[in-house]
Amino acid sequence: MRLILIFLIGALFGLGIVISGMGNPAKVVNFFDIAGTWDPSLIFVMGGALAVTLVGYRVAVPRARPLFDVNFHLPVAKQIDRRLVLGATTFGVGWGIAGFCPGGALPVLGAFDASVWLFTGALVAGILVARLGPGLLARRASA
Amino acid sequence: METEFTPWASLAGGAMIGLAAVFLMAVAGRVMGATGILAGALLPADRDDGLWRWVMIAGMVTAPAFYLLGTGDWPEITVPVSTPMLLIGGFLVGLGVTFGGGCTSGHGVCGIARFSVRSIVATGVFMVACFATVYIVRHVVGG
Repeated sequence: MRLILIFLIGALFGLGIVISGMGNPAKVVNFFDIAGTWDPSLIFVMGGALAVTLVGYRVAVPRARPLFDVNFHLPVAKQIDRRLVLGATTFGVGWGIAGFCPGGALPVLGAFDASVWLFTGALVAGILVARLGPGLLARRASA
Repeated sequence: METEFTPWASLAGGAMIGLAAVFLMAVAGRVMGATGILAGALLPADRDDGLWRWVMIAGMVTAPAFYLLGTGDWPEITVPVSTPMLLIGGFLVGLGVTFGGGCTSGHGVCGIARFSVRSIVATGVFMVACFATVYIVRHVVGG
């Protein structure tokens, strides 16, 4: 039951991405191109998503536990450090270059457009290098 | 290239993204960040930890087909950049979201809705970096 609901939630998220235009890089890049062919639509995506989540979390999170787990798994990291700022900057630069963010790309993998798969392949490579690279370097340095 | 301003579709899609975030919290007690879901699917902590993430991604990928059923068209995906830019951008996004601990959905929607200062800072930084990158790509280099 839990996995069926998670599947449906994934489909709802994906439909939101597709309907809102977040899965279309031309629209996303135009949002960031105020000096050129500006398309302000993404303000409405963020506004709609935030408004619903702000209210919904106030209802959902104060409950004792989620429906299908023993406790909530909320992020505990609070630190604002160089790693966060450099990471967010790198993400913003990559987003501006490619036009896809991870949440925008994953659902439209199902549209079988080659460019989405190319982006996602590079995204996965970046995640794996960032996750596994530092450990491998440390191991080599200590060996 | 111009794109059509779609405030209502974007607001509705955004609200669906928000609903998905609230449902995932209520059902599984999890933050709906595309980065965390993808990274955890690639490198899961244990078998069940990987399983729910793959199920969520499988749900997301069905969205274009549902969109086709509902509207008679595949969602529009127009990539305004070259293939090398798609790949370089994708790799940078992968590095950035890993070190930055999240992307548009995780920090920008879920984190801000939890009033996480870390997420508010990250979102501000990656939005500004993206505006600057698109300006440079389109009006300095490409201008």
